[in-house]
Amino acid sequence: MTAERPGAATNGRAGTLVALAALIAAAIALPWLLRAFGLDFYLSLASRIVVYAIAATSLNLVLGYAGLVSFGHAAFFGLGAYVTAILITEGVQSGPLHLAATVAVAALVAFVIGAISLRTRGVYFIMITLAFAQMLFYLANSVKGYGGDEGLSIRARSLFAFGGQALDLKNPLALYYVALAVLALALVALARFAPSPFGRAVLALRDDDVRAEALGFATYRAKLVVFVVAGALGGIAGALSVNLQGYVSPNALHWTQSGTLMVMVILGGVATVWGGAVGAAALLLLQEVLSATTEHPEFWTGWVLLAIVLFARQGLVGLWTARRPPPLG
Amino acid sequence: MLILEQALNGLQFGLMLFLLAAGLTLVFGVMDMINLAHGSLYMVGAFVAAWLVALTGSFAIGVVGAVALTFVFGMALEIGVLRTLYARDHLSQVLATFALILILNDGTKMIFGNDLPLSAPAALAGPVELLPGLQYPAYRLLILAVGLALAALLWLLVQKTRMGALVRAGASNRTMATAMGTDIGRLFTVVFGIGAALCAVAGALLGPLLAVQVGMGENILILAFVVIVIGGIGSIRGALVGAILVGAVDTLGRTLLQHVLREFLPPQWASAAGPAIASIAVYVFMAIVLAIRPQGLFPARGG
Repeated sequence: MTAERPGAATNGRAGTLVALAALIAAAIALPWLLRAFGLDFYLSLASRIVVYAIAATSLNLVLGYAGLVSFGHAAFFGLGAYVTAILITEGVQSGPLHLAATVAVAALVAFVIGAISLRTRGVYFIMITLAFAQMLFYLANSVKGYGGDEGLSIRARSLFAFGGQALDLKNPLALYYVALAVLALALVALARFAPSPFGRAVLALRDDDVRAEALGFATYRAKLVVFVVAGALGGIAGALSVNLQGYVSPNALHWTQSGTLMVMVILGGVATVWGGAVGAAALLLLQEVLSATTEHPEFWTGWVLLAIVLFARQGLVGLWTARRPPPLG
Repeated sequence: MLILEQALNGLQFGLMLFLLAAGLTLVFGVMDMINLAHGSLYMVGAFVAAWLVALTGSFAIGVVGAVALTFVFGMALEIGVLRTLYARDHLSQVLATFALILILNDGTKMIFGNDLPLSAPAALAGPVELLPGLQYPAYRLLILAVGLALAALLWLLVQKTRMGALVRAGASNRTMATAMGTDIGRLFTVVFGIGAALCAVAGALLGPLLAVQVGMGENILILAFVVIVIGGIGSIRGALVGAILVGAVDTLGRTLLQHVLREFLPPQWASAAGPAIASIAVYVFMAIVLAIRPQGLFPARGG
């Protein structure tokens, strides 16, 4: 279950680096490749994958690294989308302001939800986080001023101005690269988190929080910090998603959305740096392929997921790492 | 009169929630399994009932047939898929049963279409005068009667039969019950089938009041989870008390609260805020119960 082996200087390392470089190059070159092959349409799918990869990665931090089975992560995703959409509806187009407001609101709500939920454990934690997300879902349904159950469409997008340059997320290319940059930052941060002293403390409390507490870690505070950071990152993913879709509805807060994010994490690999991103890509691509080739994509998606639970127990990332020697300890 | 009528509505909704929660709490309590697909059994039951009612022209035959078929379907599901998941962690169970929701939702759509019409039998369409001045729909009375009868039957089954004693032993301590020679696995296939059949009763009876459509199980599933957490996971008695409390909070919140809000707020605000506050009230209620009794009202699990 350990994520990255710090200092694992094996011969697998060079291969991993090459694969990583190729992946980064492919991600950067993707819009040009799509255009070269006349597949521009797929840029929005690529952006959607990246946005969900961010959301799933933020959930993986809570679910995998801190071992907190949060069943309400859509709350933060939906909040980020709503905060940005509402600001745009009110005529505020400044991207930095959207970002600041999204992070502030998502982090604050995550702090309140976390402060209460983290007093419970196990199944009760699952249910409490779910309950809070459902409350926000019903709240969004009832706010008629911002679309109510019909959802909220936005005309403009977030606009980032640097000196004379303007970066408008209405431009699909700009959105893709901004989302990609956020994802890259999140992945780098996650990769550095696990071997850090704080990361090790969090992994220790995941495995045995009574022992971690006895050793002097402030476990409650550490869990809360992780929960709030993940909430803020989930909010950013939501803000990007509304910029991509131009629309947000209460469904962004529904428990099935939380469930989908969880499925992505479990599918990709719990407590692995790439788990969230791989899971998001796999699930969305699977749905895309099945919608193009079958009349009932959900039906077949279900069977594929079921097969993966039964046969690939460590998720998709586990299939890759299983070929390498098992981690120490 | 309004309060009495709404209290009856609340009790009726609570009893239907209990039918869903009874199976869920046993799966959760005895097998420590999170089954997100439990709501899909409710949907399957409702669709099969609507199909059979249209086929035979008889509401009673439709409901009984749907219960029987869902009982068999539930056992098949348990043997085919769920059984292999008991030993896995909660995350694998979430992924697998989420996959089952996708399969069952889309599968139902493939067979029956997106929704089916189902209406209450004509004989029960009219109201009945319960008290002077209190008219109450006859069909809702039928739901109340069936719900109460099944709750009583289930209580007898769990408290007074050998099978019930084994189930209670399993909920209290599965390892110990197995060590004492109980074949919990085989017993549980039947228990799961009964839970599925109860879902079908709720789906078939609520079908004419709500709507028989794909996805109908998703929202009610979460309410059923709230019920079993409030009642105490694994406890049938807790599920009954929790269901009636949640039914009351939801229904009273939805109707009485709206009247109260109308006194203070402009009507369009009141009609928007009422249902939202009522829906939220259920979750606030759960949070309060857990704050006071972290194991729910009737903890089933022994040491």
